[in-house]
Amino acid sequence: MKINYCDTLVVGGGLAGLRAAIVARQRGLNVKVISLVPVKRSHSAAAQGGMQASLGNSNKAEGDNEDVHFIDTVKGSDWGCDQRVARMFAQTAPKAIRQLAHWGVPWSRVKEGDKTAVIDTKKVTITETKEAHGLINSRDFGGTKKWRTCYTADGTGHSMLYGVANKALGEDVDIEDRKELISLIVENGICYGGVVRDLISGELSAYVAKGTLIATGGYGRLYRVTTNAVICDGSAHATVMEAGGTLGNMEAVQFHPTPIVPSGILLTEGCRGDGGVLRDADGYRFMPDYEPEKKDLASRDVVSRRMLEHIAKGKGVDSPYGKHLWLDISILGREHVEKNLRDIQDIAMSFNGIDPADENGKGWMPVRPAQHYSMGGIRTKETGELTTLKGAYSCGESACWDLHGFNRLGGNSVGEAIVSGMIVGEYLADYCENSDINISTASIESHIKKQKDYLQSILDRPKGESAHELKKEMQDVMDAKVGVFRNGPHLEEAVRELEDILKRSNNISVEGSKSLTSANPGLDSAYRVHKMIKVALTVAKGALDRTESRGAHTREDFPKRDDEKWLKRTITSWANENDTLPTVSYEDLDVNTMEIPPSYRGYGKKGLIIDHPDTWERKEVVSRIKEQLIADGSDRYAIQDALMPYELPSNYKERNRRLGDSGDE
Amino acid sequence: MSREITISVFKFDPRDKASKPEFVDYKMQEDPGMSLFIALNKIRETLDDDLSFDFVCRAGICGSCAMIVNGKPTLACKTLTSQFKDGHIKLMPMPSFELIKDLSVNTGKWMDGMSKRVESWIHSSKEMDYTKLEDKVEPDVAQEVFELDRCIECGICVAGCGTKAVNENFVGAVGLNRVARFQIDPNDERTDADFYELVGDDDGIFGCMSLMGCEDNCPKDLPLQNRIAYMRNKLIQVGKQK
Repeated sequence: MKINYCDTLVVGGGLAGLRAAIVARQRGLNVKVISLVPVKRSHSAAAQGGMQASLGNSNKAEGDNEDVHFIDTVKGSDWGCDQRVARMFAQTAPKAIRQLAHWGVPWSRVKEGDKTAVIDTKKVTITETKEAHGLINSRDFGGTKKWRTCYTADGTGHSMLYGVANKALGEDVDIEDRKELISLIVENGICYGGVVRDLISGELSAYVAKGTLIATGGYGRLYRVTTNAVICDGSAHATVMEAGGTLGNMEAVQFHPTPIVPSGILLTEGCRGDGGVLRDADGYRFMPDYEPEKKDLASRDVVSRRMLEHIAKGKGVDSPYGKHLWLDISILGREHVEKNLRDIQDIAMSFNGIDPADENGKGWMPVRPAQHYSMGGIRTKETGELTTLKGAYSCGESACWDLHGFNRLGGNSVGEAIVSGMIVGEYLADYCENSDINISTASIESHIKKQKDYLQSILDRPKGESAHELKKEMQDVMDAKVGVFRNGPHLEEAVRELEDILKRSNNISVEGSKSLTSANPGLDSAYRVHKMIKVALTVAKGALDRTESRGAHTREDFPKRDDEKWLKRTITSWANENDTLPTVSYEDLDVNTMEIPPSYRGYGKKGLIIDHPDTWERKEVVSRIKEQLIADGSDRYAIQDALMPYELPSNYKERNRRLGDSGDE
Repeated sequence: MSREITISVFKFDPRDKASKPEFVDYKMQEDPGMSLFIALNKIRETLDDDLSFDFVCRAGICGSCAMIVNGKPTLACKTLTSQFKDGHIKLMPMPSFELIKDLSVNTGKWMDGMSKRVESWIHSSKEMDYTKLEDKVEPDVAQEVFELDRCIECGICVAGCGTKAVNENFVGAVGLNRVARFQIDPNDERTDADFYELVGDDDGIFGCMSLMGCEDNCPKDLPLQNRIAYMRNKLIQVGKQK
């Protein structure tokens, strides 16, 4: 049997995996990246709108810094995130974006002088200074206090992915595509790589490594109506559970407000960030009635709920695909649409025959919330190492690191991918430099054989269940009962039905090719769907047990955010191979170590919070420390350090210089 | 009223000695707004679970699903079945790439080779300090680089290329566009003489016969012929001095 050895195995060739691989390669390690698809086709490419980093270059970004980015991220998460991780992220993001510029990502740049922007449907003039001319520009996005989202028109993810993938090629990172991880190799609680299937030849081989990184993206395809690429099926999450890893907050699933109907293809938040608005069946702009302050740009969970509320009031537009609302970007003018939102125009024209620049309502695009992002994922420590599996790491969307808590801000997804790749890549490289491969060839071969026997048993099975049928049933359950609005009875049904579907998936058979030695799409589906159903169960069970509403997790029967009972992270695992339900436990979030104690987010419904008993005391402690340090003349860095110290590898903690800083700050 | 459509698909597994290249007809009811992404998945789910094809984003962004649709290379995900009035659609894998199986071709491997050949990354000797303000770039220059950076490596320009059909080693419009992209990128220190070393021959910039198959079919509407002409002009100047 074929065994490949390397220092570092990276599973997943999107932004997160490639960025981490570059770190490991630059530190002299022998790195292998395996990817389901050519890496430049990864789902990172589909991120349209931008990446948040507090550069503070443009007029509307003036005064921005890590502190403001941090606060926005914590509020966005509805206090569900790990605040130290949010600090690590906000501090590193400006460095990440500047480095990417150096690697050739053609960020849009600030142009000196007056420009017209649309804010609140009115044309306003913004004046950029001479000093800012040529620096990286930023646009407005939901849930942020400053215009912080850096972009390349509406192709940001594409440009970032190409920049990083090209850099990886230049660094001679060894990349193998059309390869799929199907199990992890674990011995004595330590992970040594995995068993990998070649999707062209069907060959199974072992990729043995000192350290292994899982960066396989989200699990959006558990839902039928999703913006996610077809490869974002979450099956690697099951693979990690099968090896003894755990998943965090799987019920935290984001629904984006404006995918186009019916295809579910994303129309970026940049549409509204640039001044576009939502309209109802009467052409009325309804969001200011619900959210007077942030209007169309409240956080995604809030806007999605408000849209469905508005449709429930009878204000939706009828269509053969159910009711929807309109997204209007025609008010931005044709020139803006054709320059900054060109891919949006292309999508609307190709899939709906609508030119969104057309005026008088002709260009309005039909939109309705759909699954978009997985806040939950493989539970890791701050270093990215799995909490229960040594030598295995995860970063990017696949991980629950936990930057996003129960809702991610727009512009923080590719941001997390890059930044966590940088940070976790360093910790992973540290680990790989200081560890050995202690596993026998015989043991590795037994791991391969186990998978081979498993796949053969699927192929040998006479007529059984159809993987496609089971997947459809699973997606129907997830769409109908584990969607934007959730409740106890529906979730109980969902768990019961998914458990039944899981049992049936043990009897999946393959209709067509019985070959284990060539490309076999029937077999691909057979083993992936079984894994997907397990992951769907962690989402549904987590949602059922969490009897509160927080961020994107909305329980109609428990409308309040309950910090007293639920300021904790859901942990799901698969204790025994033959279990039909995940095992659920919890990790507490400690109010007494938070830099920002829980409070109202500033958008969404008010008066719906049950306080944690420690919240008020912590608030007092925080304001006392702040007042004292301000009186002592301490700067914002010293205050931050006193409230919640945190670590970063490499030189990421060095201060980020900005326009107007004195040189010796 | 829904109509019946026939999708005729090329099937062949080059790794299976018993497999013979053939066209298989699949008939189905057309759904409103049906794209080839939806149609091919419907075939796999209900008629033939062994049919190989590639989709990732299904939104025209990732470049995975290029194939020959009724004789033309195009992105399948953005092709609606309603545009074929007679209800007959013939699908073939793109030529010029290694066939994996059925409609699936190995564009990834080819594009990796192209990227390495034109050294598709920034060449810079500058030490970067990312704690400091980034280098300034003229907004219009950044926009120009982005225009050429929009290529999604789908392979359509290669499949549609007459030069590639007669010269196996031709680097393709995708490779020449890539060179043009780095040539105008202010971060890249390479000179025209450096680019001449990479593509200054008949397999590169001087091989193009200007048949326009690339630009005519490019799903991102990249100005390929214009950029090839621009690079050719630049590299002729280098060649003259040799």
